[in-house]
Amino acid sequence: MANHTLDITNEHCPMTFVKTKIKLAQIAKGDTLEVLLKEGEPLNNVPKSTSEQGFEVLRTEQVEGTTWKVIIKK
Amino acid sequence: MYDFSEQQIERYSRHILLQDVGVEGQEKILNAKVLVIGAGGLGAPVSLYLAAAGVGTIGIVDADVVDLSNLQRQVIHFTNDVGKAKVKSAKEKMLAINPDVKVNTYHTFLDSSNALDIISNYDFIIDGTDNFPVKFLINDACVMAGKPFSHGGILRFTGQTFTHLPGTACYRCMFKEPPPPGAVPTCSQAGVLGAIAGMLGTIQAAEALKYILGIGELLTNRLLTFDAKTMKFHTINTRKTDRCPICGTHPTINHLIDYEQAACELKK
Ligand SMILES: [Zn+2]
Repeated sequence: MANHTLDITNEHCPMTFVKTKIKLAQIAKGDTLEVLLKEGEPLNNVPKSTSEQGFEVLRTEQVEGTTWKVIIKK
Repeated sequence: MYDFSEQQIERYSRHILLQDVGVEGQEKILNAKVLVIGAGGLGAPVSLYLAAAGVGTIGIVDADVVDLSNLQRQVIHFTNDVGKAKVKSAKEKMLAINPDVKVNTYHTFLDSSNALDIISNYDFIIDGTDNFPVKFLINDACVMAGKPFSHGGILRFTGQTFTHLPGTACYRCMFKEPPPPGAVPTCSQAGVLGAIAGMLGTIQAAEALKYILGIGELLTNRLLTFDAKTMKFHTINTRKTDRCPICGTHPTINHLIDYEQAACELKK
């Protein structure tokens, strides 16, 4: 179970990653964040950008339908 | 952490996306205090970009009022501002771009009596002035006060700029003293391609933001020059010199100097 959750299923690029970065800035180092997002652009780009900027993407899994979750460690 | 509103998150999203800026960097920008000396050709783009970036406190110094001949390059002033104090016109545009910023106006000439007092309230100083006496004054005041600043100058199709941090080359390390009055044309005498002001001023704004963020390499110990006619840029390496009259090992200047201005500048 992640320490924090964030739902960006209603956001569009680039606010998907902007909101993710804002949340990551608010949590403590070592904490994990579960991000709920849609497949397509968000699922293709958010985990990639997150790891490019130095965070650890622990795993990505389907929740239901087109909704996925990404677990990120700060 | 700074409590960003939804509107601020959206406004600064393109900064927040950058790895070198991010949330923490945008907070630094919002907490920064930058002084822009001169609300003219260079001060216009500098002020607009700093306000747009969200620099929390921006001071602007200028004694002049907007003249029709300014509008060809001083893009912060509009036609219906002619006759208005430049600092007031500039403040209105900065607040219109970004109501997050606080703007302090100084409707005065910068001279030896007020320079140290005014710069003391700011983290970084921008020299956006158009004459040698005040450029040396800004250099000396910043060196004495240990303040970082960006030097900028434009003439005809050319521009030059460098950034000073305490301990790096200063203006007097490169140019010992102002040329005698009348020996060198000012840009008002010689003319200037308006877009040059934007080219140079935006470099100065970028340097101020890099300084605030603590990223990259500043234009310290380097003088950047360009000629827009050939669109060639050059970087000349410079260094702090022991014999510099202000920052050297035995400084001979220990107070601020009001040099005489060229005759045509006194006239207006
Ligand atoms: Zn020096």
